[in-house]
Amino acid sequence: MSEQSTLVIAVTGLNAIDSPGPGVAVIRAIRDGLKRPVRIIGLSYESLEPGIYMDGICDKVYQVPYPAAGSDVLFNRLVYIHEKEKLDLVIPNFDAELFSFIKIAPRLKQLGINSFLPSFEMFDARDKLNLYAFGQKHGLLVPKDRIIYNTDDLMQICEDLSYPVVVKGKFYDAVVASTLEQAHKAFYKLSAKWGLPIIIQQHISGTEVNIAALGDGEGSAISIIPMRKMYITDKGKAWAGITIEDESLLDLARKFISATKWRGGFEVEIMMTAENELYIMEINPRFPAWIYLSAGAGQNQPATLVKMAIGEKVEPFKDYDIGKLFIRYSWDLITDVSSFQQISAFGEM
Amino acid sequence: MIRKNIATNEFGFVFNPSTGDSYSSNPIAAEVIRMMKENIAMADIRKSLFEKYDVEKTILEKDLDDFILILKENNLLAV
Repeated sequence: MSEQSTLVIAVTGLNAIDSPGPGVAVIRAIRDGLKRPVRIIGLSYESLEPGIYMDGICDKVYQVPYPAAGSDVLFNRLVYIHEKEKLDLVIPNFDAELFSFIKIAPRLKQLGINSFLPSFEMFDARDKLNLYAFGQKHGLLVPKDRIIYNTDDLMQICEDLSYPVVVKGKFYDAVVASTLEQAHKAFYKLSAKWGLPIIIQQHISGTEVNIAALGDGEGSAISIIPMRKMYITDKGKAWAGITIEDESLLDLARKFISATKWRGGFEVEIMMTAENELYIMEINPRFPAWIYLSAGAGQNQPATLVKMAIGEKVEPFKDYDIGKLFIRYSWDLITDVSSFQQISAFGEM
Repeated sequence: MIRKNIATNEFGFVFNPSTGDSYSSNPIAAEVIRMMKENIAMADIRKSLFEKYDVEKTILEKDLDDFILILKENNLLAV
């Protein structure tokens, strides 16, 4: 591959909605930061994902099967797309699809499609179901939790953890419950949506801080950007945020990368208490939706991941701009029904 | 003493890069913060304000103490 050849990159997570996927932000960062021609192939799950229709984001979009269809179905679809597009790299951006992508990564590599993903072992270590044990093992603060498959012990668990508790879905969503009734309701709502088990977690009050980071797979941190949420939606998503300077946050991310030898991008969700304790609430195994801020702050993580994925040597970033803000906005995009028809009927556009 | 990394401007905007918090201060508060950032001793800050403004000494001292408390409560002072 010559220096100036066009790099063909497939990206998922085009749902730039109120609880956005990271795909559009990842693509923006790659287009901004990769000093070479790129062709972006969007991979969508639904016909109304805004990233399908946004100008200057995807050069071509293909629908892909939902993770529930299994990794072989996904692999076959990617083979079809590869035959047409000659993919160099694929960047999955959803928690729920990562298992399948990690599983088929060696087969994709044989076809010449690179990826830069954690191993199953790394992926499992930060899973919500294992996070407390992981924290205990590595000296990281994680709220106490219990994993449940039914509501038999719910009353006792809530009393043990003391109210309020956080009821969390297996993949997404969390509800703060102040009473047993609320905890019951949240259990059924979240299990109906995301399946079992459900996590009941100790509630921690404080300031919400997130970290976006990139590990090289050998235990070193290539980039770490801490962000304080300034405006939070009713779904708990950052609608505005600012980069901050706090060595303890950088240390925490370094500790996680060193412990797991994390390969790829990830996000740590932290609650900073009034006593300056840093509780890890969740670790998401992919870039966050606000990842474009990393480019704005001088450490373009998606573009750097692309370089690492195609085998370029990169040096760890040293500095970033403190006090850089992102403010998300909504925008009514007008398109013709023919575009919607095209992606709905043919699964590509 | 005020934290070294606190960012301010001439309009009284104060930004704490460790927490991401920002504040608006009035002109006198901004003046006090500026002097603190220049490592001027509190006694000299007090003296400077007393000479510049028409204020009783006891009121000035009380207001200044209150302001320092506000800075402390908002994590703007070095530990």
